Amino acid sequence: MRAQFVFGEVWVGLRRNLTMTVALIVVVAISLSLLGTGLLFVKQVDHTRSLWQSRLALSVYLCSAVNPDTNCAKNGPVTDAEKAQIEHTLNNLPQVVSFTYQSQQQAYQQARQLFANEPVMLNFVQPGDLPASFQVKMKNAEADAVPVTDALLGQPGVDSVGNDSAILTKFYQLLDGARNAVIVVAIILIVAAILLVANTIRLSAFNRRRETAIMRLVGASNFYVQLPFLVEGMIAGLFGWLIATGLLAGAQAGLDGLQQYFPFPVSLSTTDLVEVVIVTMLIGLVLCGSTSFLTLRRYLRV
Amino acid sequence: MIHFENVTKAYPNQSRPALESVNLDVEKGEFVFLVGPSGSGKSTFLRLILREERPSEGRIYVAGRDLARLTNWKVPQLRRRIGCVFQDFRLLPAKNVYQNIAFALEVIGKPRRFIRKVVPEVIDLVGLEGKHDRMPDELSGGEQQRVAMARAFVNRPMILLADEPTGNIDPATSIGIMKVLDRINRTGTTVVMATHDAAIVDSMRKRVIELEYGKVVRDQTRGVYGQAY
Repeated sequence: MRAQFVFGEVWVGLRRNLTMTVALIVVVAISLSLLGTGLLFVKQVDHTRSLWQSRLALSVYLCSAVNPDTNCAKNGPVTDAEKAQIEHTLNNLPQVVSFTYQSQQQAYQQARQLFANEPVMLNFVQPGDLPASFQVKMKNAEADAVPVTDALLGQPGVDSVGNDSAILTKFYQLLDGARNAVIVVAIILIVAAILLVANTIRLSAFNRRRETAIMRLVGASNFYVQLPFLVEGMIAGLFGWLIATGLLAGAQAGLDGLQQYFPFPVSLSTTDLVEVVIVTMLIGLVLCGSTSFLTLRRYLRV
Repeated sequence: MIHFENVTKAYPNQSRPALESVNLDVEKGEFVFLVGPSGSGKSTFLRLILREERPSEGRIYVAGRDLARLTNWKVPQLRRRIGCVFQDFRLLPAKNVYQNIAFALEVIGKPRRFIRKVVPEVIDLVGLEGKHDRMPDELSGGEQQRVAMARAFVNRPMILLADEPTGNIDPATSIGIMKVLDRINRTGTTVVMATHDAAIVDSMRKRVIELEYGKVVRDQTRGVYGQAY
């Protein structure tokens, strides 16, 4: 194996159709970085989902003195007997893992913490405004929410049941939609990249037809004849991947920058980025390598 | 060295086969002229030896190998034992004399030291001493054909196939080319040369095989070009 010779031939090949090579690298870079962005999105959604899965709870709001809602207007504020009955129901529901009681005073304290930086809200909220509630944790926050809610609504003393995951569902839909859009564009670009690889290799094979003819004549093995083209395609893929890596690192930094606007963690770890970068590299190399190989089978028959 | 057994080669969409029931033997170290008008099957004969084509019928043995049993994978091994020279030289225009010859060794993975040793030897053998750095377009037709012969011979093949090597060269220069071919033949290499050049065939007095319409019509040990019996 003459590595120096092969790389010499590859260099000549890449230089001869420079414009095609540059176009190829750019398309590979963009398609891989979009694909990578899609993969980062998937990871992001997974992370937030599992983060919230452990924190999601149903809030069973109890009637208070100031609550004008129909359910409470009839019976007035919750009594101790009603409260005990609700606790009993919760204890008997198989989906419920645990629940805690939050008194009106505790709700007020939590609100004071939440609005610590907003004096207007702070003055507005008074003790007794906020209802007492049960914070109910379930085995599966998304699936179990409906039966538990059904069991509790309408019980005397229960005002309403708030479901955290209902709010998040829209958020997830937004994220999923964005991810799907990115992946669709990435797939279109990957198809374009495959066609460009095939075209570049074809041009390269045409440019080097004299060399190839002589190589076949003097008994160069198929491997030797095809290797320079294969390496050419792979090198273009590799350069595209390097650029894509840079773009992805930038995308991750951008996500980190968004962190300040969210009260929960959205940034991805470096491990996630490295994982995505490795996946895109493999996809890039397999894509360029196999396309070159298949093109060569058509154009460099012995 | 080359053994044809009842070989027929028919191309699709052609009424008459290019070669029909050819039986012949070429021994090791022989020098053979292949003569006949255009379309008589000379090129097909050479392509069959290289296994660029497969026969429709019959068997071909080259250098002891049954070509019908040779897998595609092994074809390069066969071609390393056969050198080829063409009417149009087929040199690489961007490489100089040395590089053109070295290319044939580089692509079969020969080590650099070996290449440095044998390429100058073969350049001397074909009479191009001191012209290592010339580009093909700086050489005369005769000199270009010498480079092509050096490239064909540098790997010391057992067989050298020459397809009208003097076709683009004037008669005076052709004599030099034939001398080189003769020199190569004297090293024990079997030479098969397809030609239209009557003067050369007549002067060499070597074995002549004449083809006509794909059939062997004459096989003479010390023959001439024309039908002179």
